[in-house]
Amino acid sequence: MKSAVIVFPGSNCDRDIQVALRASTGHEPAMVWHDDSELPDTDLIALPGGFSYGDYLRSGAIAAHSRIMDDIVRRARDGTPVLAVCNGFQVAVEAGLLPGALLPNAGLNFVCHDVHLRTEQAGGLFAGHYQKGQVVRFTVAHHDGNYYIDDDGLAALEDNGQVAFRYCTPTGETGGEAGNGANPNGSRDDIAGIYNESKTVLGLMPHPERLADPRLGGDDGKAMFDSLVDALG
Amino acid sequence: MTPGMTGDTPRPNDLMGLTDSEYDLAVDIMGRVPNHTELGIFSVMWSEHCSYKSSKKWLKKLPTEADWVICGPGENAGIIDIGGGKAAVFKMESHNHPSFIEPYQGAATGVGGILRDVFTMGARPVANLNALRFGHPDHEKTRHLVAGVVAGVGGYGNCIGVPTVGGECTFHESYNGNNLVNAMTVGVADADRIFYSAAAGLGNPVIYAGSKTGRDGIHGATMASAEFDDDSDAKRPTVQVGDPFTEKLLLEACLELMATDAIVAIQDMGAAGLTCSSVEMVDKGGLGIELDLDAVPRRETGMSPYEVMLSESQERMLMVIHQGREDVARDIFEKWGIDFAIVGKLTDTGRMVLVADGEVVSDIPVTPLVDASPEYDRRWTPSLPPAPLDGDALKPPDSIGDSLLTLLASPDICGKRWVWEQYDHMVMADTVQRPGGDAAVVRIHGSNRGLAMTTDCTPRYCAADPHMGGAQAVAESFRNLTATGARPLAVTDCLNFGSPENSHVMGQFIGCTEGISEACIALDMPVVSGNVSFYNETNGSAVQPTPAIGAVGLIDDLDRTATTALTNPGDRLVLIGDTAGHLGASLYAREVHRTEAGAPPPVDLGAERRNGDFVRGLIAAGQVTVCHDLSDGGLLVAVAEMCLAGDLGATLEARPADA
Repeated sequence: MKSAVIVFPGSNCDRDIQVALRASTGHEPAMVWHDDSELPDTDLIALPGGFSYGDYLRSGAIAAHSRIMDDIVRRARDGTPVLAVCNGFQVAVEAGLLPGALLPNAGLNFVCHDVHLRTEQAGGLFAGHYQKGQVVRFTVAHHDGNYYIDDDGLAALEDNGQVAFRYCTPTGETGGEAGNGANPNGSRDDIAGIYNESKTVLGLMPHPERLADPRLGGDDGKAMFDSLVDALG
Repeated sequence: MTPGMTGDTPRPNDLMGLTDSEYDLAVDIMGRVPNHTELGIFSVMWSEHCSYKSSKKWLKKLPTEADWVICGPGENAGIIDIGGGKAAVFKMESHNHPSFIEPYQGAATGVGGILRDVFTMGARPVANLNALRFGHPDHEKTRHLVAGVVAGVGGYGNCIGVPTVGGECTFHESYNGNNLVNAMTVGVADADRIFYSAAAGLGNPVIYAGSKTGRDGIHGATMASAEFDDDSDAKRPTVQVGDPFTEKLLLEACLELMATDAIVAIQDMGAAGLTCSSVEMVDKGGLGIELDLDAVPRRETGMSPYEVMLSESQERMLMVIHQGREDVARDIFEKWGIDFAIVGKLTDTGRMVLVADGEVVSDIPVTPLVDASPEYDRRWTPSLPPAPLDGDALKPPDSIGDSLLTLLASPDICGKRWVWEQYDHMVMADTVQRPGGDAAVVRIHGSNRGLAMTTDCTPRYCAADPHMGGAQAVAESFRNLTATGARPLAVTDCLNFGSPENSHVMGQFIGCTEGISEACIALDMPVVSGNVSFYNETNGSAVQPTPAIGAVGLIDDLDRTATTALTNPGDRLVLIGDTAGHLGASLYAREVHRTEAGAPPPVDLGAERRNGDFVRGLIAAGQVTVCHDLSDGGLLVAVAEMCLAGDLGATLEARPADA
């Protein structure tokens, strides 16, 4: 499996996802500069976390207009899988690859800690190693992770099975938006990650690459990269 | 000659912080009356912040050498050999005054400045720590300051993508008018690719890279060299404004350029901006410099030479590169979208000549500016150690359980999760032990080895007995590193005190420094970098003496470490070291009995070392996997913290007095 990690000015989890991809795929990911016009031949595009362009406008808004984004949007529409994590999720939303918006956290502070996620859709490219309902532990680190979508959009996500993960308690109960402490940012309906309609693009605020190594306190995230390798060869 | 006159010209009314005698010395060096720009340069170079004029004499006594020290004090940061061809580069620095005036930007630029000190030397920063001291939680300003400082620390570190893994956050009314913000960065470099600041090579071009120069932070170093009064808010324009995004680009561009052979010398523009960086580079190289101020990238029009030279705009680097390599450097900085300009060249005149609009606007001999800087032997009075607190003076509490709850709920001991969860402490994916333990552990990227790091100081002890308090701060850092299984290697010190012109404060400074020195020698932890911050006082009321120690240790095998969290029911707890029942200057006495009286517990450095080496050996042998040092709150709080971290309970057996 070949992978490409996009490096925007201000990306800072590009190396982290590079390490996780290298460990699972056994191949060196291509690090692609934001100002390039064309991606290399790749089976997966990774949009990493960070503060692209300082996030001085709206998070991800400027990066969504980088030169490389035209080719990314084209390839994504043609079916090349995209893993968009944290700032990458914000970029993907701004670029129109995923619906909704990411608002400042309800508590107005940056939050960094482990979160529990309930797997809402098992199988597919990204969640082939997770069971439906399985609780996994990733890490959040963001200021603008409060996922919002209007009523119609939310209904469409539900109908199409596009909600990938929800914030939950360690035993799998959602309801964090209502105040059980599981939802770190006020996201609507506890949504932590969503797919596009064809489930080839995954946007995720929590970082799978940060808990992909037992040395760092857990490896639930590694299963996502391993699933991609199984699906994409 | 009329008093107050120099030759025929009266002294100006505004000496920009220089004393009369310092001004006269500047006139002597110049052989004439310095103009406005030149006076500004003398003023910042001779400020306490830049010249260490009150502390130099005493800092010379600190131990700075060991076989593993690659670079001690005097450069941007200290460097130690950590094996495997790698070096750890680290320093802690204060940003107290700006953070009190404008907490968000003051703290943010403190983090930005210390990061630059580390990557200037060729290291990739791998961790930040912050030692924060605030006034009493009930004081009207505290909440505003805490919120601003924590957001500023996070805002900068989170954006640039360096994990903030540890530090301290404590409260005491002596900081009501002067909070302390001490930022530490640890970086890792290839031991054979380290960059220094000494300029070399006649005719080599001087390069400016980074943010444009604006009117922010002018005379910040001078501001940080004076105490506060009721009008300190008016000093807000002397605070710099941070841009972590630009710093991230500057970091990556510098590391990319450092992988080539273009750079001769490099120095970041921190305190006193372009002035201090250029003077230090050419002084260390024994050369002269000519700067074309019109070439300096600017944020605003109409800036005077004085403003350009004294601006402390952030995220800027000055470097000397080999002639003919200008295009290599330009290409890299342009790729990263960073301003790049050739602003001057090295000369053999020994003078710093500034040219603007084709005219020489300043011409100062470099060596006298640096070497003739004032050095003071300030008057000092030793602090007499207080009498030990009579144990009977404190009535035993009715309930030990209630006392424990009081201690655990006190602002100094209670969990600081609410602080460090606002910091990204896991970016870079090498944080092995997160904040909340004795020391943070960060993996050396791509290896199975790690660096342990901590900041420590107990100002209560330093106030009661400066010598013992200074030694205790080093001993606690040694203990905290040891508790993770790390071998302590070296320290950086950030010495925060009131006015050195007060003999009592000067006595505290000397006492603490001597204590640090004694402990560093006994524990084999040389001081490789550091910073002094005086004038932490408002309307004559000084902070408690706070010599913060930042310490770094090495873990050879990440499979052999310890954490504070109890893991297995049935395990036995063993207490190492003597318990003599010291309650003087304790947190227990302060929180439960409302007294800070008494002498601090004496530090037995020999026992400290023996016990530490013994415990470290047990951890390395795999016999101990859970370990916690005893500090504020003593044994009971330590055990409670171990239980809370592991979500387990413990039963303690009181040993009979005669056993």
